Amino acid sequence: MNMKVNIAGVEMKNPVTTASGTFGSGIEFSEFVDLSRLGAVTTKGVANVPWPGNNTPRIAETYGGMINAIGLQNPGIDTFVKRDIPFLKKYDTKIIVNVCGKTKEDYVDVVSRLAKEDVDLLEINISCPNVKEGGIAFGQNPDAAYEITKAVKEVAKQPVIMKLSPNVTDITEMARAVESGGADAVSLINTLTGMKIDINRRCFAVANKTGGLSGPAIKPVAVRMVYQVAQAVNLPIIGMGGIQNAEDALEFIMAGASMVAVGTANFNNPTATIDVVDGIASFMEKNGINDINELIGCVK
Amino acid sequence: MPSMKKRSYVIESKTFLTDEIVSMWIIADDIAKCAVPGQFVSIYCDSKSELLPRPISICDTDADKGLLRIVFRIAGRGTKEFAAKDKGDKLDIIGPLGNGYLDAIVSSNINADSKAIIIGGGIGIPPMLKLAKELKCNKSVVLGYRDFIYMNDEFAPYGDVFVSTEDGSVGTKGNVIDAIKNNGIEADVLFACGPIPMLRGLKQYADENGMTAWISLEEKMACGIGACLACVCNSTEIDSHSMVKNKRICKDGPIFNAKEVDFS
Repeated sequence: MNMKVNIAGVEMKNPVTTASGTFGSGIEFSEFVDLSRLGAVTTKGVANVPWPGNNTPRIAETYGGMINAIGLQNPGIDTFVKRDIPFLKKYDTKIIVNVCGKTKEDYVDVVSRLAKEDVDLLEINISCPNVKEGGIAFGQNPDAAYEITKAVKEVAKQPVIMKLSPNVTDITEMARAVESGGADAVSLINTLTGMKIDINRRCFAVANKTGGLSGPAIKPVAVRMVYQVAQAVNLPIIGMGGIQNAEDALEFIMAGASMVAVGTANFNNPTATIDVVDGIASFMEKNGINDINELIGCVK
Repeated sequence: MPSMKKRSYVIESKTFLTDEIVSMWIIADDIAKCAVPGQFVSIYCDSKSELLPRPISICDTDADKGLLRIVFRIAGRGTKEFAAKDKGDKLDIIGPLGNGYLDAIVSSNINADSKAIIIGGGIGIPPMLKLAKELKCNKSVVLGYRDFIYMNDEFAPYGDVFVSTEDGSVGTKGNVIDAIKNNGIEADVLFACGPIPMLRGLKQYADENGMTAWISLEEKMACGIGACLACVCNSTEIDSHSMVKNKRICKDGPIFNAKEVDFS
């Protein structure tokens, strides 16, 4: 039985990774999960310098989901390169580094620094709804998305995945823009902008007022967008948005994702990633499927 | 290799201490044997609509009987679900989590002659019980309530207990600092858990009186293990993990030297 998938020339032992921001760099979750069992670990967004993130409260639970506005707190590329990459290299898994920035120069700076590093893929976050500048500004305008993709591709030594925002009128337009810019793959969806009011305190539940909605509540939106993008571009897709178990993951794969990422479910179940890997394997066995690639995009 | 796991534990007993505060003993041998005062557990809801674990402080343990005690207030859908459970029902738990007071005790050089004040405010009272039991020095206990008092008698075996209430119905009228001043309590070190205004006040009080203050913080948490960076507090210095001026309450805390925390 083959569970290997290929994303832009990088072979993964199975189609399961982590959604950026929910898993750190795997250091904490390695107490619960054997990271070598994952197709890849996708790390939390890293910028050229340390970012302090937003004020607290940074999260709020919602029905079947959660809103977060962490604000991309990260220790900066220097610490990441010294501490997090060597940690992940101890495991037999691929490394996808999520990159964030405020300006085009920030992104290019981080991607250039990573050129010398032994990591497998870069995921460019142009879709974080929680930072005031950069981030989503590049992810909601096709011309800006094209420009940033092109700029990053010029300096990148690893294949580039562009992470798309669902907070747009037509996500296929964004997917086509990054494909024209030279993207090697796309990942989707990032969180949906949401809001929660604390009625007892008469205030916003997260300090940033708005935050990104994630969790099972958003899954049908995510599956729909993965399907649309799969029809629109000729790029491998990493699908995510509310995946809790193997059944959820298989929906994304059948809609056209070559790989899936588990995010919010890690908070509910620290071994959710492994459970998804095992669940996909049992589904394949039960249904006599010899190769996971037979399932990718099988629902047209 | 991974050593931690979410496990199911059976509730041994449940009692309501007030209309909204519940005490539970849980059969949890592994947690009872290794937990230190000040740590917490993450408890997961059965309901599929509540995704995030609830961080609940450890009130007490009985290592011989393999029991863990939690005392929590019914504050929302999750804690309401836990409170509806009874003896024999199960709770999914990860723990113990967080640093606890061990480093605080060691770095404060506490010995038999040291004087300590153990302070709890509101639902910050239960986590101080295990510390009151295990800390070996001269202890005074100060408990602050809005009105209805609970658990104060449980602290009596471990030190002199002083109470403050906002309405003055029991003990000193006012807050825990009023009770400390009123009763002329002096100490080298204080340990406190309670609402932020109380902890901010105690930080200043400790500063003015040359005491070391160890405080327990809480914040909305998601992962509970230090990965998601939801539950941070502002720190006075750049943290060696985050490389910015904040620390993870679930992983680097919940116990901090008040000097490390920036409340401004």
